[in-house]
Amino acid sequence: MRIGVVTFPGSLDDSSALRAIRLAGGEAVPLFHASDDLKEVQAVVLPGGFSYGDYLRCGAISRFAPIMSSIIVAAEHGFPVLGICNGFQILTESHLLPGALIRNQDLHFICKDQPLTVENVNTPWTSGYTKGERIVVPIKNGEGSFQASAQTLSELEDEGRVVLRYADVNPNGSQNNIAGITNARGNVVGVMPHPEQAIESLTGPSEDGLTFFTSILHSLVGR
Amino acid sequence: MATIIVEVMLKPEILDPQGQAVAAALPRLGFNFAQSVRQGKRFEIVVAGEPTHAQLAEVEQAAEKLLSNPVIETYVVKVEK
Repeated sequence: MRIGVVTFPGSLDDSSALRAIRLAGGEAVPLFHASDDLKEVQAVVLPGGFSYGDYLRCGAISRFAPIMSSIIVAAEHGFPVLGICNGFQILTESHLLPGALIRNQDLHFICKDQPLTVENVNTPWTSGYTKGERIVVPIKNGEGSFQASAQTLSELEDEGRVVLRYADVNPNGSQNNIAGITNARGNVVGVMPHPEQAIESLTGPSEDGLTFFTSILHSLVGR
Repeated sequence: MATIIVEVMLKPEILDPQGQAVAAALPRLGFNFAQSVRQGKRFEIVVAGEPTHAQLAEVEQAAEKLLSNPVIETYVVKVEK
């Protein structure tokens, strides 16, 4: 199973995402922003970082990278895409996911281990979790506050498209404690927390994040 | 030569933590005039000659597509001589 990870100028967590895919048992394929070649991968991860220095708005310039034109077309046809942190911001700027991510409520850059509840286990990226499962995964961002119109929020809630929710305390002012969402079809998932940083006890607070990567491999096998 | 100005502001219903931080800092310096502060962005785009209607229409498109995020922001296009 070939899973791609895109490197943009300013990506930070691309090598961690590649490593998480390998640890889950997949073939990790590096992809480059300046090429529109998806190299026959079966799913793609947009990693965390500060692509284009977060200039203009987080993800606003990456959205127009050549690789994104291929990803947007593929995603609209059901191709699985996971955006993590900056990757989530790129997905909202691309309009593959609704809403936007703005400056954290208290303006702090927050870096901590975050308890979360997994609410949607019907996506190819979360199918290995059980609904309502509590996991601990790091967050590390300055602009992670999820905002959407009242209509978009009620659509997300009514259609069960909230994938992850902050448990206990809301760290950043995100509406409805939203930490991750999916599109109507369920193939595109964006999360602010970093599952690729919680894949083994030596380097992370838990191994809870690895399930994102084992889930996609199982989902692809089942197709 | 003229300058086309694009001003981008967060929509009124979107929380503006930066503006709030500025509003909170003003009284600490003895400035007590502000009821609230909202912070935005200003783009100054220099074009050769007088901007044409076609150019302004293109700037509108760019403002919609790149300079602002219509989900959370509004924009205004003006010409400065």
